[in-house]
Formats: sequence, C-alpha cells, structure tokens
Amino acid sequence: MFGKLSLSAIPFHEPIIMGTLLMVCLGGAALLGWVTYQRKWGYLWSEWFTTVDHKRIGIMYVILALVMLLRGFADAIMMRAQQAIASADAAGYLPPHHYDQIFTAHGVIMIFFVAMPFVVGLMNLVVPLQIGARDVAYPFLNSLSYWLTASGVVLVMLSMFVGDFAATGWLAYPPLSELKFSPTVGVDYYIWALQLSGLGTTLSGINFVVTILRMRTPGMKLMQMPVFTWTALVTNILIVAAFPVLTVALALLAADRYLDMHFFTNELGGNAMLYINLIWIWGHPEVYILILPAFGAFSEIVATFSGKPLFGYKSMVYATAGIGVLSFLVWLHHFFTMGSGADVNAFFGITTMIISVPTGVKLFNWLFTMYRGRIRFTLPMMWTVAFMVTFTIGGMTGVLMAVPGADFVLHNSLFLIAHFHNVIIGGVLFGMFAAVNYWFPKAFGFKLEERWGKASFWCWVVGFYMAFMPLYVLGLMGMTRRMNHYANPAWQPYLIVAAAGAGIIALGIGFMVLQFVVSIRNRAENRDLTGDPWGGRTLEWSTSSPAPFYNFAVLPQVEELDQFWADKEHKRAYRRQERYADIHMPRNTGVGVFMAAFGTVLGFAMIWHIWWLAVAGLLGMVGSFITRAYDTDVDYYVPGAEVEKIERARLIPQPGIDHVDPAKAGQKVA
Amino acid sequence: MSSQHAHALAADHQHANHGSLKSYIVGFILSIVLTAMSFGCVMSGAVPHDLILPGIVVLCVAQVLVQLIFFLHLSAKPGQRDNLSIGVFTLLIIAIVVVGSLWVLHNMNVNMMHPVPTMSSGSIG
Repeated sequence: MFGKLSLSAIPFHEPIIMGTLLMVCLGGAALLGWVTYQRKWGYLWSEWFTTVDHKRIGIMYVILALVMLLRGFADAIMMRAQQAIASADAAGYLPPHHYDQIFTAHGVIMIFFVAMPFVVGLMNLVVPLQIGARDVAYPFLNSLSYWLTASGVVLVMLSMFVGDFAATGWLAYPPLSELKFSPTVGVDYYIWALQLSGLGTTLSGINFVVTILRMRTPGMKLMQMPVFTWTALVTNILIVAAFPVLTVALALLAADRYLDMHFFTNELGGNAMLYINLIWIWGHPEVYILILPAFGAFSEIVATFSGKPLFGYKSMVYATAGIGVLSFLVWLHHFFTMGSGADVNAFFGITTMIISVPTGVKLFNWLFTMYRGRIRFTLPMMWTVAFMVTFTIGGMTGVLMAVPGADFVLHNSLFLIAHFHNVIIGGVLFGMFAAVNYWFPKAFGFKLEERWGKASFWCWVVGFYMAFMPLYVLGLMGMTRRMNHYANPAWQPYLIVAAAGAGIIALGIGFMVLQFVVSIRNRAENRDLTGDPWGGRTLEWSTSSPAPFYNFAVLPQVEELDQFWADKEHKRAYRRQERYADIHMPRNTGVGVFMAAFGTVLGFAMIWHIWWLAVAGLLGMVGSFITRAYDTDVDYYVPGAEVEKIERARLIPQPGIDHVDPAKAGQKVA
Repeated sequence: MSSQHAHALAADHQHANHGSLKSYIVGFILSIVLTAMSFGCVMSGAVPHDLILPGIVVLCVAQVLVQLIFFLHLSAKPGQRDNLSIGVFTLLIIAIVVVGSLWVLHNMNVNMMHPVPTMSSGSIG
C-alpha cells in the first residue's frame, strides 16, 4: 500500500535532524497561523499564487531563492564547522553518512534552488519591462514553471525528514548513485526533484526565447535591446539546448535504478563515464546560464551609475553570443583526469582558454564604461566593483586549471572548490545582490536603505575572501574535497580561518535580512514616485514604480538604443495621453498550482514506489492540463478609462519632471 | 499579451505556411514507410547484422527531417528564416554533443580499457 514508506523512514535517532524538524514545524505553524490570523489566504491565493503577472512570478522566484539560500548556507556552515573540528583524533560532530548528505544537498540547493530561481526570477521581473511588453508570451506556462520549481524544492526539503537525501555529491555520479551502492531513496529524491524543477526551467527557457523574439515593443530591433535582455536571450537559448540533456541523463539513471537497466552500471556493458560526459554537456552551459544574466545586470548597473552609455555595446552582444556557443565546447575540462588522452584534453584545454577571451572583453567594457564616467557608488555599484575584482581572480584560477597538466594536480582538490565558489559567489551571487538592490524599487515602489545594505556588503566581501582564500592554499597542500575527517593537522588552522569567514558571511546574510526589514518599515521615506530612481537608461524606468500590472499604458516606440535616456534628454519622456486604449491582459489561473501539486505527489510516490499514488499524481497533472486546454476564458480587456485613472494618478504634472535629476529623484516629488 | 501583439502574431500565422492536404498525406505516408523500414531492418532478418545499427540511425534521421519539413513546415521561405536559423543552431549543438561524445568516449576506451585477462566482458562506447 505505501511502497517502501514506513514510519522508520523518519530519522528519529538523529538529534540534529529532529531538532531541525521541530524548528521547521514550529516556524511553519507560526507562519501559517499568522497568515490565517491576518486573514490573508484569500489575498495570497488570488493575487500571488494564481498570478500570471511576470513581475509577481519573478518576485516569488526571488523569495524562493532567498529562502533556499538560508537552507543552503546552513548546510555550508555545518560543513565548515565539521572540518574546523575534525582533525587528527577528533571525529567532529557529524557522522559521515549525514555529512555526505549535507554536501550533496548544499550543492544541489545552491545551484538548482538558489542560483536558478534567482536568475529566472530576475529575468521574469526585468525582461518584459525592458522590451516594452505587457507580459511574457505564455503567461500560464510561466506560472506553471514557477510552481514546478517549487515542487522540486518541496521534495528536497522533505528528504531531510522523510527518508534521506543523496550522499553522492551534487551531480550523483554513477556507479555510486546506482542502486547497488545507494540503495536508499536519497538518489530517487535527487532524481525526481531535479526532473520536476528541470521541466519548469525548460518551459521558462522556451517562454523567454519566444517573448524576446516575438514580443518586443514596436520598432525595437535586436541590436536595440538592452544588454540584460541580450544576456537573457542567450541564457534561455542555452536552457532550451542544455536542459534536455540533463533530463535524459537523469532519466537513464532512473531507468537503471527502477527498471534494472545498465546504462551506467559497472557490469553488463554499462559505462559510468557516459553519464559523466552527458551531465557535463548540460553542466558547463549551466554555469553560463547562471553567469550571463549576472553579466547583463552588471552592464545595466555600470552604465546607469557611470552616467554613460555602455562602452562597446556591440562587442558585449557578440561576446555574449560567442560565450553561448563556446559554452558547448568545453565540457570535458571537468574530467580531464578521466583518461581521454592528450588530443582530447588539449582540445578542451584550448577551448576553455578561448572562452575566457569574451569574458575578458566584457570586463574591459565595464572598466571603459566607468572610465571618465561620473560614478555614483550606490549599493548596486559597490557589488559590481566587488564582482569585477573577485570574478577576475576566480576566472584566472579557472584558466590555470584549464591546463590539463595542472588539472591532474588540482582535480577534486579544495583549489577547485575555491575556484568555483570564487566565480559563482563573486559572479552570480554578487550579481543577483546588485540586481536586487537595483531593481527593487521597480518591483515594490521604494528603494532599499543603504546602511544595513553596506554592512551586509562588507561582511559578504570580507567573509568571502576569508572563507575561500584558505581553500586555495589547502588545495595546493593536497586536501581533497568532501572530507568528513582528515589526518593532517597542518590543514586545521586554514580550515578554522575558513570557518570564521563563513561566520562573517552569516553576519552578511543577517544584515541583509535586516536591510529588508528596515527598508520595509521605513518605506515611506524611500518611496520612488518618479519610476526612475537611479536616472536609468532603459525602458523599465519609463513606467511607474511599482510598474502597473499592464506595465505600459501605451507601448513605447523605440528608434534607438537607450531610448528612454534619449527621450529624457529631448524632453519627450513622461508624455500624458489624451485618451487610453483598452488593454488586453491574461487572466489569473490556479492550474499551474494544481499541476505542480500533482507533480509533487507523482514525484513523492515514485520515490517511495507507491505505484497507485504515482498513477493518481500523473492523471491529476494531465487532467488539470486538459481542463485548462478547454478553458476559453483566459483573457480580458482592461477598459481605457481604468488605465486613464491609474495613469492620471501617477503623472501629476510636475515642473521639471521631464528630466529627473538622478541624485534627487525620489525626494523631489515626495 | 497586448492586443497589438496578439494581432501581429495572428498575422504571422496567416502568412506562415500551414501546408496543404497533399503535403500532410505525403508526410504521413513517408513517416509510415520509414517506420516500417526501421522495424523491417531488425525483424526481417534480411539485413546483415553489422548494417542494422547504421541503418536505423539513417532512417531515424530521415524520419526527423520528414517530420520537420511536412509537419512543422520548416523551410527556407522568407517568413521562416527565424525557424531555419534556430534549426541550424540546433543541428550545430546536436553535432557537437553527438560527435563530441563519440570522440571523447572512444578516446577514453582506447586509453583506459586495455584488455585485462581476468575480465570477462569488454567495454562499450
């Protein structure tokens, strides 16, 4: 009846997990109770859960990412604490089986459920506004994508308390991840969580490619799109091209585990290296899927806060496209040591060095944009400068490891760990933090306050260097990754420094939470009434903050790059219309929530081999979709009169509002 | 979606080639013939063992092309340039993935899978 599931699946004997479970239950109950007490369920359901508004979906993605960042960071600090203690005779406080699950969960969560939702959420929030569209091409699909990602999150979080999670490392390499060596449900949780969220990501990719190619505002040519939109386009093309490979690799692994097949087993003709090959054909484009939107965000921020057009727009576009193609030609550098021979290793070593060239072009473009610009060191700009320094260091250690000979020494060492945290934290995460600070007023209508933001910034930057620079040294000293215990006491001082660094990052996260709390409390002081708090250049700043649900009352006409900037210069911006036309908008729908809920049931049932429930989940998913397919009431028109009312309330005639002084924007109208 | 966009998209659809009954029937027959040939390859016993795998691969690629041309209407006509360029990019990525994987795993087998006397089963590429 319940497959492999029984009460013994709950790890009652693990005090750390039970303590966490208790906290989660208490916290969850408090949250649910509070929402019930405030009578907000109806509001949450009709305005947020069922929304098809790309801005709200984007905000939900980012909230999901921030919550999962806390979980992933909790894993990180547990690992740092364990390694700071477990030297020589000391065993530390984490048993090996638990430790292995923690480093696996840390990697999976940080990549799939922090970085990805962050990036997808940001694209959701910004891209339609930047291209002057009123929503994405397929609004319902967008909602479904979000909820599928959420159902992956549910499965990963559930694995901690019901059963266990994979103890295989974040890519679940076979043969370790095969049934023979991982007989518990851990790897099955991994497979189904990633299949569900991966489906959501693929659908998002298709959605955004179509949106950017088909829904640009009248007149906007490809070479007039803001750089962030360009990076989003390339990222989504990469998603569409790469994620199916992940889906297939995981499906083959699932076939091995469920149907007794032998794609990657040791015996009967299986080949584990084929999995590693496939997973990195997805995995390397994936790192560019994450970093390109961050590059785009930095480009917008540098141009805005230097008060200059971006230096080398065209080279930026070509560099982005070049990275997009090259990212498919470097995957083998993740397994130089697997023994392909000199020809193959040399080829992939050289392509890896080549891909650093367009990235270098971008760095110089940002530097030349800043050169002789009138730079304002706001928070987004500070994150950008920190990124430029940190990412360059990470990039150079990466090029170092691109030398196959050097890689034989550094493979799987802490040097590698330091390298990819250097580029992912210094690149993706700093980029997302910069972007959150930059686009927050567009999403919510008020700016984030700077004091706690700066405290958070400095803790993150200092903490990052303290936590990861020692790992480079440890890597050169020969320490490998994923060690629960080590015998060499010479490593311990470095690991203690690294743990202290993680502590400082924890402070940074705390201050960031504080920044949000204080900003929300003092939102009246930081209100952005102009819609253009930074003196922006691109279309999203031409509409109000927060943007109305229809984004633009009148679709902007575009004739050049940075159209909004030109409009402000020529005093054409903020024109009021005599009358407004009706606006065609998509209707909210709960089908995405239902499909993802059935998907979660399907995944859970497959994990525990509860076949009747799996069938029910699948039927529920398909049934909800068919119901939706026959629903013809999916859109409506906003009457022009209502648009006029909203726009009149915003565009109160203001002397001198035509060209907002960026430094004074916000206060002026307040 | 704005009404303007909706109209633009609708206009796109009217101009796009949606094929005629004849082209659908031709595509349908071709895909059935190709499927039957794939099964025939394996089940008739008339095809030499060494040719079965390459034969199926060739028929499978032909099947993909038939479906792209007759059912998804991929062509070089002016309105189809976007689809065509995305199709070409897809082909490039598939070529990289397939040829690259074959190259990488072949090399690995040559370098790593030296026959060991005690091993009963060989390797696979």
